[in-house]
Amino acid sequence: MTNQELVKFNPKIFYPLWKRSPIKIIIFLIIFSYLIFSVKYFNISITDLINGLNKMKPILLSMITWNDFLSWNFNSIFVGILQTLAMAFLGTVAASVISIPLGLLASRQVLKINFLRFIIRRFLDFIRGIDILIWALIFVRAFGLGPISGVLAIFIADTGTISKLYSEAADNSDNKQIEGLISSGSTKLSTIRYGLMPQVMPIFISQSLYFFESNSRSAVILGIVGAGGIGLQLSERMKAQYWDQAFFIIIIILIMVALIDRLSRFLREKIING
Amino acid sequence: MMNEITLNSHNKSLIRKKIFWNIFLIVLLLVGIILSSKIIDINSSNLLNGIPRLGDYVSQILPTLEPNNLFLGSKDQGSIAYWYFNLPKYIKLLFETFNMALFATMVGSTLGLFFSFLAAKNISPNSLIFFTIRRILEFFRGVPEIIFAILFVWILGIGPLAGIIAMTIHTTGSLGKLFSEVHENSDNKPIEALKASGGNWISEMRFGLLPQVIPNLISYALLRFEINIRASTILGFVGAGGIGQELYLVINFNYYEEVSAIILLIILTVISIDLFSGYLRKYIIGVEND
Repeated sequence: MTNQELVKFNPKIFYPLWKRSPIKIIIFLIIFSYLIFSVKYFNISITDLINGLNKMKPILLSMITWNDFLSWNFNSIFVGILQTLAMAFLGTVAASVISIPLGLLASRQVLKINFLRFIIRRFLDFIRGIDILIWALIFVRAFGLGPISGVLAIFIADTGTISKLYSEAADNSDNKQIEGLISSGSTKLSTIRYGLMPQVMPIFISQSLYFFESNSRSAVILGIVGAGGIGLQLSERMKAQYWDQAFFIIIIILIMVALIDRLSRFLREKIING
Repeated sequence: MMNEITLNSHNKSLIRKKIFWNIFLIVLLLVGIILSSKIIDINSSNLLNGIPRLGDYVSQILPTLEPNNLFLGSKDQGSIAYWYFNLPKYIKLLFETFNMALFATMVGSTLGLFFSFLAAKNISPNSLIFFTIRRILEFFRGVPEIIFAILFVWILGIGPLAGIIAMTIHTTGSLGKLFSEVHENSDNKPIEALKASGGNWISEMRFGLLPQVIPNLISYALLRFEINIRASTILGFVGAGGIGQELYLVINFNYYEEVSAIILLIILTVISIDLFSGYLRKYIIGVEND
């Protein structure tokens, strides 16, 4: 194609960019000015960042020099890891159990009354709107420091999310089996039990496993506000500037999370494939 | 006859397998529950004592609104204005929270885009770079952002900058990975065509790859923005700026009514940003599908 043909094909092709698509320039300018605004707004200065980097150097160094490795308190780290896993497990199981009725009630497959469903859904939205760490703070106020507050925080925060996912799974289920049961005169309860549950149960279980995985990550941070687990050990060591031990704990956490990922993927595949 | 027997035995073995799996899972679940309860040392009295205290706490943080004075000024007890007497401060903090999330998402997605080219199998320059970048990204997103925030509060002092850097690192890690997966799923043909007609690496990426992937990238970045909004509301717990700092303060000092005021504001912000960003994501992907 010669240039003339190209121009005939697209008359604006050789125009400069600002004539060809002014909207792109406008978007670019908006983003650019926003970035400048943010730098001003947050008082970000190069000297501060360089000072920070200089301060960071010794910290990074002390993270990787493990001088008194053998004298560390491995017992508390081990207990912390176990506590974190236990918190994630109990929280997920409790949330999954309560999410079965809640999720089914939030699904239009089960509850035909729009108004009630709307209320349940907004209630779940409300729960999900509050971050798990805020729940943990509230529970620490009521139940005191310790892993129980963490379990409850995971339980409440997950109820919102898992119920929503369960209700979506129920919404997407196949209608034919349910209609078959209704037409053969089954009650509402047995329609759900034999028409809906066999379809959604594998999805429910795999969702819950997925949440156990993600909770073993979020249970790590709950300790920062005093709700037990390895996060408590980690934040204590960071506050006391034991950077070497903190880094060691971070590595342990990463390994733990990777192992849980493996395990849960294995179980999920087993459950879905029967 | 023969067929029926094999069918029956096959059916039976399937049922046996299913029963075995169900029992196995139930046992696993029970063992898990018992072990976890032992580890956490749950005793029912502790739990039962806590529940009324929780009820007390919730009733304390809820505002006392009186229907008659609902719309009176901030000096009258029972009015909304009295409940939200600190609203200007909250708005300022929410604005800071919003900006932290937006700025961190922008910088993080730019960095993530940069790393994603190196971390995508089909376009990475060599396998050593690919491997190293992948591990670095894994570390970036594996460590919770609040841990990074504690570190940077220590280094840079209390303030939103620590939170921004923490979120930027986490965003880089997760978007770098997601972006590289989008690149890997892209069509190779436009890139090969550019290579064949003598384009260099940059023009291959700019004209061959980016036009295919950009709607997906923007959609992921928006999703990340939603996540960062949530994160930035809590990073203040460790002193990394935003409304979380104020929330931590009012919870610890027992300014009861302010707790519910702030939490309600956070919920409203999070939900409205989710809705807006969800709409935008649908629009961006929809435009591309037209």
